[in-house]
Amino acid sequence: MTPSQTAKSMTHGEAGLVLVFALSALLCLFAAAKALDSAFAFHALLSSAASLAAVIVIANRYFARPAGVTPQEINGRPNYNMGPVKFAAVMSVVWGIAGFTVGLVIALQLAWPALNLDLPWTSFGRLRPLHTSAVIFAFGGNVLIATSFYVVQKTCRARLAGDLAPWFVVVGYNYFILVAGTGYLLGVTQSKEYAEPEWYADLWLTIVWVAYLLVFLVTIIKRKEPHIFVANWFYLAFIVTIAVLHLGNNPALPVSVFGSKSYIAWGGVQDAMFQWWYGHNAVGFFLTAGFLAIMYYFIPKRAERPIYSYRLSIIHFWALIFLYIWAGPHHLHYTALPDWAQTLGMTFSIMLWMPSWGGMINGLMTLSGAWDKLRTDPVLRMLVVSVAFYGMSTFEGPMMSIKVVNSLSHYTDWTIGHVHSGALGWVGFVSFGALYCMVPWLWDRKGLYSLKLVNWHFWVSTIGIVLYISAMWVSGILQGLMWRAYTSLGFLEYSFIETVEAMHPFYIIRAAGGALFLIGALIMAYNLWMTVRVGEAEVQSPVALQPAE
Amino acid sequence: MKAILTVHNIASDVVTSFWTPAFVAIFIAIVVYALWPRNQAAFDEAARMPLREE
Repeated sequence: MTPSQTAKSMTHGEAGLVLVFALSALLCLFAAAKALDSAFAFHALLSSAASLAAVIVIANRYFARPAGVTPQEINGRPNYNMGPVKFAAVMSVVWGIAGFTVGLVIALQLAWPALNLDLPWTSFGRLRPLHTSAVIFAFGGNVLIATSFYVVQKTCRARLAGDLAPWFVVVGYNYFILVAGTGYLLGVTQSKEYAEPEWYADLWLTIVWVAYLLVFLVTIIKRKEPHIFVANWFYLAFIVTIAVLHLGNNPALPVSVFGSKSYIAWGGVQDAMFQWWYGHNAVGFFLTAGFLAIMYYFIPKRAERPIYSYRLSIIHFWALIFLYIWAGPHHLHYTALPDWAQTLGMTFSIMLWMPSWGGMINGLMTLSGAWDKLRTDPVLRMLVVSVAFYGMSTFEGPMMSIKVVNSLSHYTDWTIGHVHSGALGWVGFVSFGALYCMVPWLWDRKGLYSLKLVNWHFWVSTIGIVLYISAMWVSGILQGLMWRAYTSLGFLEYSFIETVEAMHPFYIIRAAGGALFLIGALIMAYNLWMTVRVGEAEVQSPVALQPAE
Repeated sequence: MKAILTVHNIASDVVTSFWTPAFVAIFIAIVVYALWPRNQAAFDEAARMPLREE
């Protein structure tokens, strides 16, 4: 093809987005003027400024780019679009450190309540959702978006669909995080766990998420590989289910379109049931399915071994899909939720043992023939230990969902310990492993700046996790036993404040564990930064590989 | 009392009486597909996908 001589013109996407963002800048300014509360005014102004910035960035990009569309292939090789992947990877490290730091702050607040500082913005109640959202949605979400955009391109041998759309997804998602996080600090919340953002943030996330689904799906549709690799099914299940959960749990009506407060369409036990259908499947499809996708791509790649059993991956994928969605009611044992629904939730949670361990076995056994690499490669060790933590916490979870066990564990620190063995051990470590693999690939580096530092990260964080979860196990069981202890006369043996006092040493140990985990993440950030800055460049081979028959 | 027949009621009856066997049947079909001997070679090939891309 000869380069076209026609004048450069904006694509429909560019022109459309410039128009939409220009309009949005005006509307948001208007909303800020009419705002009923200061938090809404702040968010409206922020959105107006962000829209304006988007117009400028898109226009500048248009003036800077060459005429004609970006080629799908160069010299027979897919022209991969790694810009948005790099952006999300960097954001995941930034948000990770922010989220772990806030976690440490609230852990210290629990040990020493004076650290609440007597200010509304720094109180535990506002910082706690900031921590959970920052680590799950900001850190985890960016890792998932980065890896999914990377893996779908590589395993489909196709460039990411869309020109501005992938950028819209990564930047738009991070803008959602910004609005949600600043909202929590200003007291804007709909008080639903993991679904705290108010109606306008929810609407924005819906738009971003649909764009994410479309980019991912269309990339799969235009793939050069005939087979859709298993990691892509897990990513797709994650994206589709999160869309359904988000819509199902957030049908709220704002009091005014110029205010932040809204009310949910239904109340009482129906709302509770919906909330935990959402909440548990956020665990199942955000923190499990998405990260299993990472496991299925990055462990084989790093170990240089094929997946142990592709058949098992198919069966455990579908078992997970069919079972997970019913497990939510185990969050509502001994509440107003009907007994049959509680038992249903418990039964499905126990059945989840099978797909969970199917996944764990498949991940671990992928190392058959490569176990020696665990001694020499700390990145692979991190990935494998993450799978071990996955197996452990998915054993513990179903056990805790059994009603008699739950009667001891519920509302105690045991739950917090369980969540963190999954979150720090599984989600954290598999994400770190993926970032350690992906950053050198993305920036064309021969390898990481220092494997020794990865080793330090691994051990410092592992000790941190062990301190954290063992402190919470002891604390939780102690708490549960103290709450249910009666005297010979039938009175409660301990007052509530006595149980709080008993927690104090464990809260200090937990904070120490959290501090170690944060130090590990800082070591990683330094290592990745140095990899990009001073790492030795990798020379790309000019020969194109052919797609498999 | 006459039961009110609505589209929703009928749909709900159909769904609640058939989804369990339907889902079980679909799942069994997936297991058969996964374990079907003739599919083995294709799955072994798929298991190597992360290793041979570029």
